[in-house]
Amino acid sequence: MGMSWATRALTGSLKWIDDRFPLTKLWNEHLAEYYAPKNFNFWYYFGSLALVVLANQIITGIWLTMSYTPTAEGAFDSVEYIMRDVPYGWLIRYLHSTGASFFFIVVYLHMFRGLLYGSYKKPRELIWLLGMLIFLCLMAEAFLGYLLPWGNMSFWGAQVITSLFGAIPYFGEGLVEWLRGDYNITGVTLNRFFALHVVFVPLLFIGLVIFHIMALHEVGSNNPDGVEIKKHKDKNGRPLDGIPFQPYYTVKDMFGVAVFLLIFCAVVFFAPDMGGYFLEHPNFEPADPLKTPTHIAPVWYMTPYYAILRAIPNKLLGVIAMFSSIAFFFLLPWLDRCPVKSIRYRGDIYKIALSLFVISFLVLGYLGSVPPSPILTIVAQFSSLVYFSFFLLMPFYTRSEKTKPVPERIRG
Amino acid sequence: MNADEMDVGRRRFLTAATSVIGGVGAAFVAYPFLASWSPSEKTRALGAPVEVDLSKLEPGQKITIAWRGKPVFIVNRTKNYLDHLAAVNNDVLRDPLSEEPQQPPYATNAYRSIKEDILVVIGICTHLGCVPLFKPEVGVIDSSWEGGFFCPCHGSKYDLAGRVYKGVPAPLNLVVPPYKYKSDTIIVVGEDNQQGVA
Amino acid sequence: MVKKALLVPSILLFILLIPFTLGASEENIKLDKANIDLTDQASLQRGAKLFMNYCSGCHSLRMVRYEGMAQDVGIVDAKGQVLEKIVKDNLIFGDQKISDPILAVMPKADATNWFGVPPPDLSLVSRSRGVDWLYSYLRSFYQDATKPWGVNNLVFPDAAMPHVLLSLQGLQVRVNDHLELKIPGSLTTQEYDMAVRDLVNFLALMGEPTQLKRERLGVWVLLFLGIFCLFAWLLKREYWKDVH
Repeated sequence: MGMSWATRALTGSLKWIDDRFPLTKLWNEHLAEYYAPKNFNFWYYFGSLALVVLANQIITGIWLTMSYTPTAEGAFDSVEYIMRDVPYGWLIRYLHSTGASFFFIVVYLHMFRGLLYGSYKKPRELIWLLGMLIFLCLMAEAFLGYLLPWGNMSFWGAQVITSLFGAIPYFGEGLVEWLRGDYNITGVTLNRFFALHVVFVPLLFIGLVIFHIMALHEVGSNNPDGVEIKKHKDKNGRPLDGIPFQPYYTVKDMFGVAVFLLIFCAVVFFAPDMGGYFLEHPNFEPADPLKTPTHIAPVWYMTPYYAILRAIPNKLLGVIAMFSSIAFFFLLPWLDRCPVKSIRYRGDIYKIALSLFVISFLVLGYLGSVPPSPILTIVAQFSSLVYFSFFLLMPFYTRSEKTKPVPERIRG
Repeated sequence: MNADEMDVGRRRFLTAATSVIGGVGAAFVAYPFLASWSPSEKTRALGAPVEVDLSKLEPGQKITIAWRGKPVFIVNRTKNYLDHLAAVNNDVLRDPLSEEPQQPPYATNAYRSIKEDILVVIGICTHLGCVPLFKPEVGVIDSSWEGGFFCPCHGSKYDLAGRVYKGVPAPLNLVVPPYKYKSDTIIVVGEDNQQGVA
Repeated sequence: MVKKALLVPSILLFILLIPFTLGASEENIKLDKANIDLTDQASLQRGAKLFMNYCSGCHSLRMVRYEGMAQDVGIVDAKGQVLEKIVKDNLIFGDQKISDPILAVMPKADATNWFGVPPPDLSLVSRSRGVDWLYSYLRSFYQDATKPWGVNNLVFPDAAMPHVLLSLQGLQVRVNDHLELKIPGSLTTQEYDMAVRDLVNFLALMGEPTQLKRERLGVWVLLFLGIFCLFAWLLKREYWKDVH
């Protein structure tokens, strides 16, 4: 039996392309011959899910720009024009706004995976740093994009965040005006935020994601046991505990994507404002520079940092604390002195530290979403202390950690 | 061995089934994005019928109104114009009897209008979409010119009923939009009694 | 194990805190449930009529057009075409076209002079304030001679709005922190509550006219994704037989 006509045509054209572009090579390097550890668990779904959400944000975002007007006079109405008049505009907008929140859910879980299994440790420090830069881009995208609907919360959110830069001594005031391009948040600010949100930051974002994956595929994936599968290879040079990404993890991730979409679409179609957490109620009123909403709170994914900012009764120190709460993540590969990667074989002290850190993060997240009160401020201060201790004390409590023996090979 | 063969069959079936479902899903996802390019509700509202008061339209005068963002010519044709229109030989026109569906049934007549003196046509050349000039004066385009519309872009010529001449690039007569008389002097462009709102 | 032991209570704690979050974002007034039903077209149509008669003098619904509104509240024939004559006879009081947006009758400048603030557009009021707030607000006017309009409001103290529905509800007076009817209006308390519910129902639909369509479509999307999940899972299980 010879090859069918169609197969011959297909292999022929593939060869034609391969002579001119490394298509098969790319396919093999990143999918068919990329060997991933066979023991990925639940926590390993979130990388591919982040890619799915990124694709969703880019496509729906492009479609939104087709009907959105980036002017102070037109922005608010154009969003409602999209919601009401553009065919399926409501769906595209909800996919984008819900996608923003889900992006953070997925990325936070992805980062937590890194903390659980030591994915930031040698030789993956650069993957972690690139990932943290992506996280910064994500926060920038969220902040810039939040101004675009030009609702009252958009306006005052941008007002508060740009004012943070005013805390910098000597040139803070000038910096704030420079960022805004006006004496206040105005259409000028909106216009530049729009350009940054739809062109500049996405370009950076996509570039960093490509580097993140390239770096990952260079050193290979970590796994819940935290052992290097490249140490034990068969005679063909394939890791004994590895399986090719295609087909095993493509089908597994596809199942993950399917479940994710089920949850995501449940929110998009049945609770797109999520009780005011994904779309805040005051943002259904147009921006009013003369009237602050009675209770200003950032969207839920920013609230932990906002709570840290508010906990500190000094403008400059508060701003420094807020930015350093994110900056410390960058230092993680060097703060952690424990040679063991996976939490499965680490000492109790790290397990306790990580648990306390997660609790402080959740408590801060909650506190950042409610109006401040004297008691809550004390709770926020204590939680901030726990939050920062996780990082600052890490070199000490991880140095003499009582670890369990790490297996040579992946267990079952 | 047997079990392996069964596995291959099942694997193929599941791969095919999942791919088909995924493909259908992708098509479902594509639909709203493609559909969103259709005219929006706002566009439709702005494209609503337009009322025009003709009581101040002098004999021989042409006005241009906008309907759905397109120029609509309304010409009050004098007796003189109508005589010259009648003088155009059918042999020089592509579609002298308005057989192509370029007008509603009630404008499928020698004048291409409801009332013989009032012409309502969309002022967009059927060649490539330029706006033709109104040239009612006899002989201004060429010696046999009986008055009409002349497209400056590529030289297409139409008579005073918007019928296209032979030997020019435009293939069809000018389009007559749906319209109706609300009263003796008020017309509504974009709506008629046969089809309702266009 | 220690980690898990701590993580579970922390998540529980977080879930327990959520109700406080929700509570904290409201003000301290207890709001009555509006219990609206967006599929009740008779209620929506009564609400539309109330809006046009009592609200549209000062408030616009500028993001809504008469035609779309009529479509949404079901003033349509068997083929789904808007019954233009019914809309014009019952809901349009000027010479507006059916394709026009619903604007306030009163010019904005006059309104600003009159009330101090321009009466807000109500297209999105159900989303910014919430339906329960609207339902409670419209039933909470009470006599207060110190105010320019002779009334004040429990839910929204010092509101710059007169009690437009006074003739329907009658006049309430404040007794400590609750209200009592002093002079009855043309409707009984029950009828008035129903009328306000109709009005809020209408405003809720106008806040997001696509919401019923969204939920209908959502059911199909979730069913489809359920099937996709099932096949994706079967496929994954089939391939992973090689690994285990």
